[in-house]
Amino acid sequence: MASHAFIAFQKNEESRCIVEAIVEDNPGAIVSDQPAMVKVDVPGQLVIRRATVEDKMGRAFDLQELQLHLITISGHLDETDDEFTLSWNA
Amino acid sequence: MDMKVAKKLGLKERYTLMTRDLAWDTTYQPMDKVFPQTRYEGIKIHDWDKWEDPFRLTMDAYWKYQAEKERKLYAILDAFNQNNGHLTVTDARYMNVLKLFLGSTPPLELMAARGFSMMGRQMAGAGPRVACQMQAVDEYRHFQTQIHSISNYNKYYHGMDEFAHQQSRMWYLSDGKSFFDDAITAGPFEFMVAIGFAFEYVLTNILFVPFISGAAYNGDMAAMTVGFSAQSDEARHMTLGLECIKFMLEQDPDNLPIVQRWIDKWTWRGTRKLASVGMMMDYMLPKRIMSFKEAWEIYFEQNGAALFTDLARYGITIPKCFAQTIEEKEHVTHQSWIGFYMKPDATPFHTWIPSPDEMDWLSEKYPNTFDQYYRPVLEYFDQQEKAGNRFNNQTQPMNCQVCVSTIKFNEPGDPMEMCFRETEYQGEKYHFCSDHCQEIFENEPEKYVQTFISSHQGLQGNCEPEGTDVNAPDYRPGARMREYWRMDPRASGDFNGSEDQKNFAQWRDQATKN
Amino acid sequence: MTLLKTLADYDFPSRDALENYQGRQLLYINWEKHRMFSRPFVLALPPDTPFAQIIDQHMAGCFSYHPDWAQIDWHSVQWLNGRTPFTPDRDKSLRDNGIGHKDLIRLITPGLNGIAGSGY
Repeated sequence: MASHAFIAFQKNEESRCIVEAIVEDNPGAIVSDQPAMVKVDVPGQLVIRRATVEDKMGRAFDLQELQLHLITISGHLDETDDEFTLSWNA
Repeated sequence: MDMKVAKKLGLKERYTLMTRDLAWDTTYQPMDKVFPQTRYEGIKIHDWDKWEDPFRLTMDAYWKYQAEKERKLYAILDAFNQNNGHLTVTDARYMNVLKLFLGSTPPLELMAARGFSMMGRQMAGAGPRVACQMQAVDEYRHFQTQIHSISNYNKYYHGMDEFAHQQSRMWYLSDGKSFFDDAITAGPFEFMVAIGFAFEYVLTNILFVPFISGAAYNGDMAAMTVGFSAQSDEARHMTLGLECIKFMLEQDPDNLPIVQRWIDKWTWRGTRKLASVGMMMDYMLPKRIMSFKEAWEIYFEQNGAALFTDLARYGITIPKCFAQTIEEKEHVTHQSWIGFYMKPDATPFHTWIPSPDEMDWLSEKYPNTFDQYYRPVLEYFDQQEKAGNRFNNQTQPMNCQVCVSTIKFNEPGDPMEMCFRETEYQGEKYHFCSDHCQEIFENEPEKYVQTFISSHQGLQGNCEPEGTDVNAPDYRPGARMREYWRMDPRASGDFNGSEDQKNFAQWRDQATKN
Repeated sequence: MTLLKTLADYDFPSRDALENYQGRQLLYINWEKHRMFSRPFVLALPPDTPFAQIIDQHMAGCFSYHPDWAQIDWHSVQWLNGRTPFTPDRDKSLRDNGIGHKDLIRLITPGLNGIAGSGY
């Protein structure tokens, strides 16, 4: 069984769009709703694509802005202007 | 005229240009003299440029996002204060979670700030240097936002105002203090493993995530918002810790046994520290979000397994204590609560016996342990309290020489037996709560013979309030510990009958009636 | 052999050395399978303290809160000093009972296993 990469956000209107983008771009994404927060697990690798987020949000979005809403992550991180990727290699 | 437009630099390139490319190797003095602490631990670094920056926040982005977080945070704190938000929590017992949590955490955040400042100065590579220094600034923010969030509750509830005085004196705060003192007196690489990796990566989720969700669930917007605001920085901290591990392991195979030993040590020390956080989740949140057992399973067992499976490629093995923590997750919170419940005069927060509904929740969440080992004694305590004979254990505790927990944990494999371990060093006996703490001591005994154990210090006569006459005929060392701790007597005792209980009921009544 | 690495000489006295206790020694006391008391307790006592005082004053003072205390058959109890069984003499001192600084004395009361046999 592949290890899960995950990301958790505070619940708000921005993170709602980010989570929608994650679900669209990551088949196998598992969304877990908890009080005040939302957690998304993906086996192996989780990628957040700026273009998809902008599409959901209806405005320009700098991926670094997700830090405003971020609670925690799991996985090795690679951050570029266009993709925020968490992965476990094993 | 044709303008050749250069392609905009990517995030990684921009960040590199703005950080490490501004650094240089010294020539007037050798690098080893300018950075004198990078070799003595035995860690070998051949090429600092191989450091990968995980989060790539240049200062313009950093201040923009941090300022936004601060604006949101203080807007919520203001609204909370204006709205008498403290009266919307589930019930007044909840305040005691804050007394314990906010009393213990800010001083540790400050130690983290100091530690990262110190380690940032010592890192020869620009990449980790910048990341450490930024983490230090984050930790100052956490420390200060937590203090700010205390201030509103402090206007209405007792026991929150002496955290600065108590952090180096109070008996139940010495485990946390010893944790950070141990880390900050280690070298820069061990500090990074202890705090950056073991605490920030492996264990921080247990401290904040379910707990801060719990705050949200109990109507405490203020603690929730402070917690989440801090957590948004923690993700960066986690990546710093993980990168440090990877970096050391990739630089030289000789680093592996050193790093493994530190991972084993600090995962264990962090586990012991988190027992009281688990206790807050299981016993002190009126509306519970999940059990400590569940939180441990998600954030340590599963997440930790993912992490250590990944690190196996470097030769790292799962921390030695892993199996024991899984066995203990069903016990430590109950054992911790009994330890606090029985000391109503020695805590600046209230304790109580869970209601029958709450006991049933505990039975359901702990099917292997609660009804057999813990329900009977808790029900006994309840009967005694109702009969006017509430438990008040006046004795002083025995503590582990390394983790400074009171010695109250199970012998592994035997839930009825207390775990005792001891060793002799230079003719003196030392006691431990576990094999893991004993091993930590035996690896570096010179460090741990100096452990500050509050009950011992009291018996030596080192914990006397000002004005104590040590020559008086009735002088007994440690007899005035409560005054020494500046304990507010209104804050202690059982929740039932407390001023907090009366006040909250009265104020909530006033808030809902004319 | 120590694994401690230091930047300079590192040699500091033990914080709990016997000489810090003004002629007294530390003693830890536990009642096995009675973990209602959470953890052993610690005392600082002169080495010539009679063992009877340990039982009648210090242990009774704390442990009598437990309903099992009144049920103890003192003829069938067992004692450990650390891991070593021993039979204390009530009339002898700590010193003469072989109890030294920072020893842990453990009382075992066979058949009495705490509230509802839970060990607490």
